[in-house]
Amino acid sequence: MVKRGQSVLSALPILLIGGLIVLPVVVVLSALLTPTPQIWGHLWATILPEMIGNTLVLLLGVGVGTLLLGTGLAWLTVAYRFPGRAAFDWLLLLPMAVPTFVMGYVYMATLDFAGPVQSTLRGLFGSIWFPEIRSGGGAVLVMTLVLYPYVYLLARAAFQEQARNTFEAARAMGYSRTSAFFRLALPLARPSLAAGVALALMEALTDFATVRFFNFPTLSEGIIRVWHGMMDLRAATELAGVLLLFALALIALERLLRGRARYFQTGGYSPGIGRVRLTGWRGWGAAGLCGLVLAIAFLVPVLQLALWAVRDLVQAGPSTLAAYWRLAGNSLLLSGLAAGVAIIVAVVVSNGVRMGGSGGWLTRAIARLASTGYAIPGAVIAVGILLPLSAIDHALNDLLEGWRGITIGLVLTGSLVGLIYAYVVRFMAVAYNSVESSLEKVTPNISLAARTLGASPRRLLWQIHLPLITPGLLAGAILVFVDVMKELPITMILRPFGYDTLAIWVWQMAAESLWAGAALPALTIVAVGVLPVILLLRITAAKSGSESNQ
Amino acid sequence: MRENAMLPSLKTQVITEEPRLAAGRELANGFAASLSAPHVALAQVSKSFGAVTALANLSLQVDQGEFLSLLGPSGCGKTTLLRLIAGLEVPDSGTITIGEKVVAGSSWVQPERRGVGIVFQDYALFPHMTVFDNVAFGVRCSNRPVVSKKTMDALRLVGLAELGGRYPHELSGGQQQRVALARALAPGPAVILLDEPFSNLDVSLRARVRDEIKEILTRAGATVVLVTHDQEEALVMGDRIGVLNAGQLEQIDRPEVIFHRPATPFVAQFIGIADLLPGEIQNRSIVTELGRLPLREGPPAGTKVKAVLRPDSTEIYPDAEGVGVVMDRVFQGLHYLYRVRLHSGITIRSVQHHSRSYALGTRVAVTLARHDYDSADNEAVYFIEH
Repeated sequence: MVKRGQSVLSALPILLIGGLIVLPVVVVLSALLTPTPQIWGHLWATILPEMIGNTLVLLLGVGVGTLLLGTGLAWLTVAYRFPGRAAFDWLLLLPMAVPTFVMGYVYMATLDFAGPVQSTLRGLFGSIWFPEIRSGGGAVLVMTLVLYPYVYLLARAAFQEQARNTFEAARAMGYSRTSAFFRLALPLARPSLAAGVALALMEALTDFATVRFFNFPTLSEGIIRVWHGMMDLRAATELAGVLLLFALALIALERLLRGRARYFQTGGYSPGIGRVRLTGWRGWGAAGLCGLVLAIAFLVPVLQLALWAVRDLVQAGPSTLAAYWRLAGNSLLLSGLAAGVAIIVAVVVSNGVRMGGSGGWLTRAIARLASTGYAIPGAVIAVGILLPLSAIDHALNDLLEGWRGITIGLVLTGSLVGLIYAYVVRFMAVAYNSVESSLEKVTPNISLAARTLGASPRRLLWQIHLPLITPGLLAGAILVFVDVMKELPITMILRPFGYDTLAIWVWQMAAESLWAGAALPALTIVAVGVLPVILLLRITAAKSGSESNQ
Repeated sequence: MRENAMLPSLKTQVITEEPRLAAGRELANGFAASLSAPHVALAQVSKSFGAVTALANLSLQVDQGEFLSLLGPSGCGKTTLLRLIAGLEVPDSGTITIGEKVVAGSSWVQPERRGVGIVFQDYALFPHMTVFDNVAFGVRCSNRPVVSKKTMDALRLVGLAELGGRYPHELSGGQQQRVALARALAPGPAVILLDEPFSNLDVSLRARVRDEIKEILTRAGATVVLVTHDQEEALVMGDRIGVLNAGQLEQIDRPEVIFHRPATPFVAQFIGIADLLPGEIQNRSIVTELGRLPLREGPPAGTKVKAVLRPDSTEIYPDAEGVGVVMDRVFQGLHYLYRVRLHSGITIRSVQHHSRSYALGTRVAVTLARHDYDSADNEAVYFIEH
């Protein structure tokens, strides 16, 4: 069409976006390459070795845990029939709605020495041995329980995608179902499993609150501690550099494991591997296992939160509610703004990629960079943004003061600008993927057909393009909205002084052991977090529905 | 599923035959009224993409109401030609005229103002609109009843008047095809462009849909340019055929002429099966390994030529002294297609009745069927060797 002459000028917005998106990573990387020896020496002599060790243990534990739990449950629901299978199929996704720090605080509160479980046991049996909850093991367990759905989701889709024929061919060649699973289904699903585990580990890497509850300091936790406790931005930056190395290693490892296969897309619908019916105790055992996971990872904590919330409302109704509405408003504003900006930026980038032209490789590279933000821990992005923004702030103030004697204050770091910026960088991938897949519906020929039928560019936009892409844009916006709602480390570092959100409130209350006080906002976050799960289910249902129509 | 979906529409067609005729007549009147000198002309049009030349100095004309098939291998530039007419590409040089209006060259007319209807290979129906809304999209008129009437006329013409409320994904491939056609026809365009419109259909459906579409377009009196790489499609549908190769128009003429009097070796070999048999001009005939092919007039004696040999103009029969050996044969039902290697090492193909089965390695005599070369129309075709 008339895409001739894509000049440097038209690529400018995309270049700008690309620059802004990589800026935080570049800042942290350059700090890593120019270390301050005294700070390094101090960090190495004190907290760094323990943090690195803990981070490794956490990644390893959560990796193995989510892989086993997610893959096992996926195989169970795809390859077997047992009571309640159809319901568990999607119910097992629900723990995804619970942020790690909410899960962490609920279990720490219930299972800790002073919690109801141990108190009851002591009341019954006197002094007994109970495993130490505030430990690496506790943190790994809690995170595994809410992060396994990433692996479950991708593994389930991969198993469903696998052709029945391939599987039956293996059976015909004398493999049992079990050995066919290990020799065939599992290796075929490897790219999806790698992607799922990588997603889970990215979440584990970015978390600082859960590990703080469980007294298991990792790098993310360390960054928040040195920044909040000592306001030491240099040390925080050095730590962020180390954390960034972990994230980059994770990306590399995932690419390596994924091999040449692409990310799994829930595309095709195939009859899948025939389900075998589990009878008798096996069937009930399978149902019991799924039920147990669901109970531990979702029902019990949600129930506990609900009980606390009710107690809190009864005890301190009006004051709780007043605070609640204020914080919910803040969360809503932040999430809404971030979702809007992320979608707009994603549309600009995606559009740039489609227009292609001579600078096509550049826009494609930027698009790829934009989608790596998800792998970068929130603390790294926050520090990488804080440094340049506060430098700009101070320069601006010095300038104005010297010139006119005015102090304008911290316009960037003191406002929501930095916060929104960081959210967009971190969750760009979510927005971009949604926008991209909805733009795919607008094939070049559809636009051309409309034009040859006499449609003006404006009519093309309003009657063809927007109606086609709006559902996808909305879905993307919802996903970003929910992610921001659950976000903690970025909010902790970049929020304007005294600007609280629901997630911040949960964190502060829980850190003060005010369990009941944290319950209402935590419950709200979980409820909002169910949205993307529903969205996900609707998308897969619509897909398999339309496929089976043909 | 697809087959079933087609059945009711067959019935529909029979029932709605009368309204369809009427609708066709009205659309045809619309064409005649809206255009004073309706034809499409390209003059010296060139287009390249980077280093690749898609079209080089190409000229052709389409008359009003004519059906032109553009045929060529993939990458020959035929789709580029279509997109140039539609205004989806800008020519590097040359002039394109639709009606009396210069649309590219000295002036430029946007695609939406050209009055061109396109049916794309993937139909490009608007998935979020009903069949009716799809077809009505291009009918620009503020008077709703008029829009509705024109839309229904177009739908009736393609036999889908009953399915206006459906969405594209609820239709079979053949029905989607006809919606795309109705959508292109409804605004009463000066010319309809069809871009490989049948390649997405099952082979079993293709022939029937093709005939239907041809009939609809003939009834509408539309000026049509069809682009295809399928020679049968081009032969069956086109009033004239333009054969394109590497951005050049090799020949443009009636299907029979293209077949019987190919202008270039490429055309001879691209349309139907043909072998090129070396020979020499002597005495107003071409002397070849297989005998003489008479000519009414020709180049001077001694000129080296290559004669076009169709597989159905030779007879073969077993002969121990024969000039050829059967190398290969393919049973095609009604006949065998033989590959025969001649003394000189050249291989020719020959079609024989299915009862004439010769084993591989059989030595055969090859004779030329005289009747193929004895009249002016059927005179041997040859190309002078350079």
